[in-house]
Amino acid sequence: MKILVCISHVPDTTSKINFTNGDTEFDTNGVQFVINPNDEYALTRAVWFKEKQGANVTVVNVGGAETEATLRKALAIGADEAIRVNANPTDGLFVAKQLAEVAKKGSYDLILAGKESLDYNGGMVPGMLAALLGVDFINSCEGLEIEGTAVKAIRQIDGGKETISGNLPMVIGGQKGLVDEKDLRIPNMRGIMSARTKALAVLEPVGAELATKAVKFEKPAPKSACKMISPDNLDELIDLLHNEAKVI
Amino acid sequence: MSVLIYAESAEGKFKKVALELASYAKKVAESLGTTVTALTVNMTDTSELGKYGVDKVLKISNDKLNTFNAKAYADAIKQAVEKESAKLVILSSTTDSLYTAPSVAVALNAGFASNVVALPISTSPFVVKRNAFSNKGFNQTEITTDVKVIALAKNSYGLKEAQGAATAEDFSPSLNDADFSLKVENVEKMSGKVTIADADIVVSGGRGLKGPENWKMLEDLAEVLGAALACSKPVSDLGWRSHEEHVGQTGKPVSANLYIAVGISGAIQHIAGINASKVKVVINTDAEAPFFKVADYGIVGDAFQVVPQLVEKLKEFKTNN
Repeated sequence: MKILVCISHVPDTTSKINFTNGDTEFDTNGVQFVINPNDEYALTRAVWFKEKQGANVTVVNVGGAETEATLRKALAIGADEAIRVNANPTDGLFVAKQLAEVAKKGSYDLILAGKESLDYNGGMVPGMLAALLGVDFINSCEGLEIEGTAVKAIRQIDGGKETISGNLPMVIGGQKGLVDEKDLRIPNMRGIMSARTKALAVLEPVGAELATKAVKFEKPAPKSACKMISPDNLDELIDLLHNEAKVI
Repeated sequence: MSVLIYAESAEGKFKKVALELASYAKKVAESLGTTVTALTVNMTDTSELGKYGVDKVLKISNDKLNTFNAKAYADAIKQAVEKESAKLVILSSTTDSLYTAPSVAVALNAGFASNVVALPISTSPFVVKRNAFSNKGFNQTEITTDVKVIALAKNSYGLKEAQGAATAEDFSPSLNDADFSLKVENVEKMSGKVTIADADIVVSGGRGLKGPENWKMLEDLAEVLGAALACSKPVSDLGWRSHEEHVGQTGKPVSANLYIAVGISGAIQHIAGINASKVKVVINTDAEAPFFKVADYGIVGDAFQVVPQLVEKLKEFKTNN
């Protein structure tokens, strides 16, 4: 089984979010970048398929040279090879078209991606990729088993979950639950050393028009201070929620 | 030229997000000088949509669509868009709608913007404001394609009643076998309980509650408010509450009107997941808990005393209001 795992290079959750260049760009100054957490669950499951079922795992990212450290980390966690498409990932459809090119060339059986990235939270790319490839897609996936070409997946739905069956090839939008959190891996020294010699191919993007563009960014309005209420005066809380906030 | 929405329903009733979507679409359609068409699936009575601004309803009746199927639904939405020559498709942000939206966008070769939180900033060029960076920033996105798809974040616009009635007609998109290549084998869904996704109010408990045996008071609080129950990550990791209730960055996102956090200190990952909620109340013994920094109303106090009292007072309030 050939697996392609799509990786986003995103600011760590604890990062301060600032914008620069007249609020038209995200300010990467001082920001620590990580593998997008949803993608990390997907990657870890892929490595499990590699170890238990002999799969081959390629990771791919659409991004500039600065994202290679994130790809190397994915290699250190256990992927066999990496591909970077050398383009700025600003529009979901554009990114999906780049990934579709990579996917077609490599004829992968299974494509895993996080259901959304932590930066733009768009949740667009996995579904678009599946549609472009004309293959089945399961989103919000929190459990995945594969036997031969038979796929059994658990999809989170509002208020519960459902079990879905289908066949490879397939695209999966994954999340927490694909593997247990305790099974996420911190790369060890051997992994880091071997990642240095694994192949990391850089491809130029295929021509595709941008369907959307980020015009401007803004920060949320500064929050007014929290109104403190005495635990002995809960009537005040109810009054504020009813008359001021109008939520009850 | 109309604006097309997919109005989600469950158990024979439109979801609240569908009515919010109708309200929002009406306002957008007015600024574009056009009308709103809603697509419904296996709904008999669609008159409610007219009250929220829908002008025309396309009713699909097809037993194969009783279980949600992203591919088939995308195919149906695409055909409705073509039939109506719609240039703008507006979807809600439920798990199902976000599952099908990217396929709709590809089928129509449309730019797609999700997490839209307000009316368009301008309609020509078409620019929308979206949540980004786990609610720590907004991104103004221009969609440049001819047909556009957007997904409205829950509770970002609210319900607005309109004068009018919707006309309804049957619509039978041609669906092929390939649309049904995935099979839903089993659905496990809570019944008779408010889900986190649908709730206007969410009551959430953290490690400060000391153990699963102490959840009864939160259940009482949720019941009197008609709220959904949620919990922090440590609580779900410790197995005190089911993983279904875990909210936060790696759990379920919450964008409720009111979020009440009891005994949750407010780790950055937790706040990232719930920050889209409008009003936040924090009850914690520790006055230095970081959650107070993002809260609207705070009580420094012992949950074991505050919560039962609050339940009693809310019961009184509910009887009088």
